Amino acid sequence: MSRSPSSGLRGWLIQRLSAVYIAIFSLVLMGAWIDQSVTYYVWRNWVANPLVNITLIIFFLAILFHAWVGIRDIVMDYIKPDYARYLLLTGFGLVLIGMGLWMLRILILVTPV
Amino acid sequence: MRVTQDRPVFLNLLRIRQPVAAVVSILHRLSGFFMVLLLPGLIYLLQLSLSSVDGYSRAIAFMDKPLLRYIAIGLCWMFTHHFLAGLRFLLLDFDVGITRNTARKTAWLVHVGAILVTAIAASRIL
Repeated sequence: MSRSPSSGLRGWLIQRLSAVYIAIFSLVLMGAWIDQSVTYYVWRNWVANPLVNITLIIFFLAILFHAWVGIRDIVMDYIKPDYARYLLLTGFGLVLIGMGLWMLRILILVTPV
Repeated sequence: MRVTQDRPVFLNLLRIRQPVAAVVSILHRLSGFFMVLLLPGLIYLLQLSLSSVDGYSRAIAFMDKPLLRYIAIGLCWMFTHHFLAGLRFLLLDFDVGITRNTARKTAWLVHVGAILVTAIAASRIL
């Protein structure tokens, strides 16, 4: 990784890697669920399945990291005053972390029924 | 090179005819941003659908409301455009399609692909 303090390489890499995982997983999800109408029980047991559950958690984490890099880019491109950058980046960061924890609670607590 | 301070500048982006790749790019950014705004709602729906049999039916019924159907179609376009535009960017990162004519063609493909998929999805949602 480039050792320059703000080379942007880390964000670029995180954005690309998360994008690949999201893309592949989305296609798998759509393949599994398009045109399926299922009952609550089928749905919940599918989400509770350990392999699905874990890859799903990673999917959401990838989305949150991907979103963070994107938001950061937008703020850096359009918001110039320092105080506004601090405010927005901190705010969005907290919101994304909050959503991550919320999503973790939801998915970790799902048990087969 | 001499720096001339007094030349007029015309940078009104809305009045400059943008190349198709520029339109794809800004839509890629906008779709990404608006999807982030939709995230809390989607997480809530997920939670609702997993909570109980009643929650599950409520989540499904919620998406059947007319307004939600249009939001779902919008979300479909946003995701597909972001996906295809992102794929184009990823390929460009690896120098695939970097010549001007190819880049223009792939940009049009992104537009067409996103609208096509959204049209198909809309025909099933509405």
